[in-house]
Amino acid sequence: MSSYSARRVRGDTPLLGRVINGRPITYLDSASSTLPPRPVIEAMTRYYELRHANVHRGVYQTAVEATDVYEGARAATARFINAPQGLDEIVFTKNTTESFNLLAKSWGAANLTAGDVVLVTEMEHHANIVPWFQLREQTGIEVRFVPVTDDFRLDLSDLDRLLDGVKLFSFTAASNVLGTRNPVKELTRIAHDHGALVAVDAAQSVGHQPTDVVDLDVDFFCFSAHKMLGPTGLGVLWTRAAILESMPPFLGGGGMIADVRVDGYVPASGPTRFEAGTPPIAETAGLSAAIVYLEGLGLANVARHEDELTSDALKRLANEFDGRVRVIGPAENVDRGGVLSLDVDGVHPHDVAQVLDQFGVCVRPGHHCAKPLMRRFKLAATARASFGPYSLTTDTDVLLEALGSAVTMFG
Amino acid sequence: MANLDDLYREIILDHYRTPRNRGELTSPSAIRTEGFNPLCGDELVVYLDVQDGVIVDIKLTGHGCSISQASSSMMSAAVKGKTVAEARATIDRFKQLMTVHESSLDGQGEAPVADIRTMGELAALQGVVKFPVRIKCATLAWNTLSQGLDEA
Ligand SMILES: Cc1ncc(COP(=O)(O)O)c(C=O)c1O
Repeated sequence: MSSYSARRVRGDTPLLGRVINGRPITYLDSASSTLPPRPVIEAMTRYYELRHANVHRGVYQTAVEATDVYEGARAATARFINAPQGLDEIVFTKNTTESFNLLAKSWGAANLTAGDVVLVTEMEHHANIVPWFQLREQTGIEVRFVPVTDDFRLDLSDLDRLLDGVKLFSFTAASNVLGTRNPVKELTRIAHDHGALVAVDAAQSVGHQPTDVVDLDVDFFCFSAHKMLGPTGLGVLWTRAAILESMPPFLGGGGMIADVRVDGYVPASGPTRFEAGTPPIAETAGLSAAIVYLEGLGLANVARHEDELTSDALKRLANEFDGRVRVIGPAENVDRGGVLSLDVDGVHPHDVAQVLDQFGVCVRPGHHCAKPLMRRFKLAATARASFGPYSLTTDTDVLLEALGSAVTMFG
Repeated sequence: MANLDDLYREIILDHYRTPRNRGELTSPSAIRTEGFNPLCGDELVVYLDVQDGVIVDIKLTGHGCSISQASSSMMSAAVKGKTVAEARATIDRFKQLMTVHESSLDGQGEAPVADIRTMGELAALQGVVKFPVRIKCATLAWNTLSQGLDEA
């Protein structure tokens, strides 16, 4: 039985005990990075205090333990997303961005040639755009975009035509700017009907809702540990074992080889083929702890809680400020996550964030690495507030108080 | 603790709300220089009409936060009608003003420039140094002006 109380999560999260500018911190930047609870921090500390050694090499006790920590995290991650063939399908990367680079530079370069199409969407993070542009420069592939409607949803009216000739449809499960959640399962089915493979940017979904890659039936799945209560410096690429075995190596060096001679090398098989050099090990201890912690909370409970916070915040933002604060994202809390991009009439997002900081409120101003989307809505930036498992309605209270101050200050 | 009032002085908000010298000048006769702040997305275009070493006219377009908008507006007012040499001297003094001096940050010691009293309205931007991430907002206009003058 999982039990969940956002208040308890808050108590477990040391950083939320900080006082900023004389006020208790109001952390509303979980879309950028989530805050690790104590068990995650302690797992990493314990690893360094008791077990640290390089992995996959030594025969001595701690080296074996370090390898167990690392491979144990692979198994935990496989279980967490329900990878059908377990740890053989989990590649550790640095972050979501590196996962997409691995996908484009290994699978993409080996499987796509001039004229092949990669379909992405106008609401993608640069991590799922730029690697495809780079591949386009090298191979002459076409990168096509699914447009976004005025209601902040994918415009699927022309999807069949857009999917024509597409080898890979790569899209985000949830927008880090709009909060919009895309119908991953349905889009995957349609893409498969057109003979395309599907890659999903799950950076904004894995820490906020249950994940099952078998149920979704996707082919590639990318996410970052630091957006699911884990540490920075560690990301994941999941793909089907059959696809993974067909992908050429990415970075070369130690750890990724089966053999090296003076006349060449043989890459290792399995995920380690993509993990050149000493990997982040303590971080995998942190990720395992984050997974156990999230499973303890129950991701369905987290989703429900964040959903309630979002409904409440949307309602209050709409009712206060005489329309001066606009939410750039779905106004109805349907198929959306707890990301609230704010456009405050007459106040630049940087100034909004600066005033909010005075209240200890952490929000992110800027283009959120989604410039095509910002251009689509003729915005240079927004001030983005986003929820995590530890967020409470009192965070929204302080947000509104601080927003009121920003609106007054700039008249 | 840095106080918001140090950043958002009334005069800065005034320049933000009613920016001076907005508009364009026709290039090629005028010099057109673009400035970007890729981190914030701030964009600025400075148009300069320089004749016989004098900035006869200056116009600005673009968008950005209150600090970048106010700084560019104040910059335009400060250099309009001045010689190129005078404008360059003002740029130098402004850059000095934006240099973080540890001692002045924690409230001890003097302001970074001795002649702050000679800087008029621009002195209002001094509070920006207490908010180091905002310094680049304030300097965008001045760097762009400096580039434009290189072409004059
Ligand atoms: C939707 C989405 N994709 C990709 C990324 C990139 O994640 P990372 O910076 O961990 O590589 C982010 C994080 O900002 C994101 O929100």
